Amino acid sequence: MKSIAELDEIRKKTQEQISLRSNTDGIRVIVGMATCGIAAGARPVMKAFMEEISKRNLQNVTVSMTGCVGVCRLEPVVEIMEKDGSRVTYVKMTAEKAARVVAEHIVNGKVCIDMTIGAAEEKK
Amino acid sequence: MRDLSLHILDIVQNSIQANASAVTVHLGENSEIKRLVLEIVDNGVGMDNDFLIKVEDPFITSRTTRKIGLGIPLLKESALKCEGKFDIYSKKNIGTKVFAAFSINHIDRLPIGDISDTMITIISANPDIRFILLLDSVKGEFKLDTEEINLTLNGVNINEFAVLQWLKEYIDEGVKNIFGGVLNEVDS
Repeated sequence: MKSIAELDEIRKKTQEQISLRSNTDGIRVIVGMATCGIAAGARPVMKAFMEEISKRNLQNVTVSMTGCVGVCRLEPVVEIMEKDGSRVTYVKMTAEKAARVVAEHIVNGKVCIDMTIGAAEEKK
Repeated sequence: MRDLSLHILDIVQNSIQANASAVTVHLGENSEIKRLVLEIVDNGVGMDNDFLIKVEDPFITSRTTRKIGLGIPLLKESALKCEGKFDIYSKKNIGTKVFAAFSINHIDRLPIGDISDTMITIISANPDIRFILLLDSVKGEFKLDTEEINLTLNGVNINEFAVLQWLKEYIDEGVKNIFGGVLNEVDS
């Protein structure tokens, strides 16, 4: 049985960790979560990002969601916003691809060109 | 949509878009008429009567990127195809309530799906909105209120991964306790 007491334990533990963190603005991961995105499987993609980021204990990376960006046929769409405001749009995402984006793009700063919206449009 | 949890995720997006500060998701069993009732209530900007009449039409939407909006029509379709009901109530500047009922034993009723995944997805992306999840059946009631969770957390952000993990397990347990054996897709 889950209890609120457990939650209090978690609070104590995370409070210690938070004090170690810096407060600089970091990378933002934005998942398209409108009807089109959800139907195409955006929820597992977002979950994969959250899990992968927590697994690697990455600080200053936030995951959030947005509405329809207008390219429903390429959903699930994920945008990575860098610290300097530049953004990369990944299309037709899956949970596996999310893990790759975290490893290559967010950790190592190398954009996964083959999964971007630019690459998808060229193929047409 | 494959299951109810995805519909919930979708409809709650409308509430968030409408600047709601509190959203209640209620999923309950009405054992007398063997129906599963879903209600999503928000205190967002609401709709005026003109828009409310048109909102079930897939070619009506408030977004500007496309001329179609399928969230509400899809939920209506899912409810009606299993001899259910669908209704939507709204008052400008007060809020909106989306109501859907599903015949529990109808072969076309969607399974409820992963309710906890939907909840932690919307909570983590919108930590400033108060979400309330209510589940009830003949077996009892379950309530999750993020305001209460935030009080316990006392300053720790609700979208810390450890907290979300706990929330997920907490909700999973609630779904199992309330709907286990009541809905045949949930193990008791």
